[in-house]
Amino acid sequence: MSAREIADVQVTAPALVSLRAVGKIFPSGLVALADYDLDVRDGEILTLLGPSGCGKSTVLRLIAGLASPTAGAIDWSAPQVKNNIGVVFQDATLLPWASVFDNVFLPLRLKGVPRQAASPRIEEALAHVGLLNFSRALPRELSGGMRMRCAIARALVTRPTLMMMDEPFAALDEVTRFKLNDDLLALKRRFGATIVFVTHSVFEAAYLSTRIVVMSRRAGRLIDEIEIDPAIPRDDDYRSSRTFADVCRRASQALRVSIEEATP
Amino acid sequence: MIQKPSAIAWRDIGVPLAVLLAALALWEALVRWKNIPPYILPAPSVILAKLIEDRELLFSSLLVTLGVTIEALIIATVCGVALALLIAQSKWLERALLPFAITLQVTPIIAIAPLLLVYLQPGNAVLVCAFLVAFFPILSNTSLGLASVDFGLRDLFDLYRASPWQKLIYLRLPSALPQFLAGLRIGGGLALIGAIVAELAAGASGQGTGLAYRIVEAGFRLDIPRMFAALALISLSGLAIYGALAALSYVLLRGWHESARAQDE
Repeated sequence: MSAREIADVQVTAPALVSLRAVGKIFPSGLVALADYDLDVRDGEILTLLGPSGCGKSTVLRLIAGLASPTAGAIDWSAPQVKNNIGVVFQDATLLPWASVFDNVFLPLRLKGVPRQAASPRIEEALAHVGLLNFSRALPRELSGGMRMRCAIARALVTRPTLMMMDEPFAALDEVTRFKLNDDLLALKRRFGATIVFVTHSVFEAAYLSTRIVVMSRRAGRLIDEIEIDPAIPRDDDYRSSRTFADVCRRASQALRVSIEEATP
Repeated sequence: MIQKPSAIAWRDIGVPLAVLLAALALWEALVRWKNIPPYILPAPSVILAKLIEDRELLFSSLLVTLGVTIEALIIATVCGVALALLIAQSKWLERALLPFAITLQVTPIIAIAPLLLVYLQPGNAVLVCAFLVAFFPILSNTSLGLASVDFGLRDLFDLYRASPWQKLIYLRLPSALPQFLAGLRIGGGLALIGAIVAELAAGASGQGTGLAYRIVEAGFRLDIPRMFAALALISLSGLAIYGALAALSYVLLRGWHESARAQDE
């Protein structure tokens, strides 16, 4: 099955959020995005792939509402989607003075949920990321991978419809990264959130995604869009499969075009 | 390498204590060997004897000085943190208020003290002096702490639409804690200096009851051992204030902040 054929599988899924002709110019004059279109479809794992500085993190920040577009519009299928987004940043961004439990409690605490009422949901989220026995630990006592698991539990605790992940595993070693990729897919199957994932790793993109969007370094222009059948089980067989190799090759070529475009 | 607590205690307390005892022994030996009279340089044993002999006078003065210092530090902490919070709310308030705080800081307290003694009762003048010098480091450090919140955490709180009050309680105040405590440690030392300076100024005009006044008074009488005894008590007070604030800082920051962890490792 070629990557092109997979393209038709999900196209019909409704868009949770649509970016229409979105532009972002920073106060310094730097153009991060120009005339950018993107649909995030319900239920997919969409990966934004591109070289550093191509605007992929900006797209994520715009969708999360952490930045405002200077042009264009962001349309939401429903307001409740917009109000229930989970974000995992490149850095785990945990409160260093708070325990693992309190870090995961934070989103609920900010929504006014009492500690006692929140407790079962926090414990459930911690159990899913394998941190239940570390709920009293401080972030400094955890490994990089465990800190990232804590950040994922924190993002999951509100049961978000949309999860935004900005290069969450970039700083981790290969073994931990593989493990967390599998854990993320298991969580996705369980919680069912739509995921927008930013990475600069072709292999990670090919393994996790149901769709890859390769962005140009020039103000976020789209270079290629690759669909991957969500029905394919993501396991070691997939990593050594022809489909995986095809996706990687095509994504790498697109990435190369993206980098060459940007080189004067 | 993980060290046993006893090893850390020996390193942090035992080593400087051994050096101090050696220096005192050398001082004692030198005074005895050279037959230096006590009105020029009293031996440590003479100072200790004086400390015991004049204990009622000296310790009541110590309580006065320590009381003023602690009172001034508490007022400086409340006012410094309150002003830092106000300044953190608006750039305009910062522009309006900070120059006055800086002016107070850069004007030597020894130059302000005589003026304060003209307008205020000696006790109050000492309190105001100690407050003025302790206030600024607490204000500036707390302001710095409130302003230097991690960008990622700020984004996280924005994402969950935290109210300004929630941001203050759950993010900005805990983030500012290490800098606030550093300011408090500096302020604690400075409050004592401020109190002593004001007492010296008050002592010059014959009014006062604090330790520095006892130094001035003993100086007039050429009672050099009592001057040294009062000086020793001032030094010990300074060390006690610093030690207490460092311990507070360690307890509050242990486990999560680099400054407290560095002491552990």
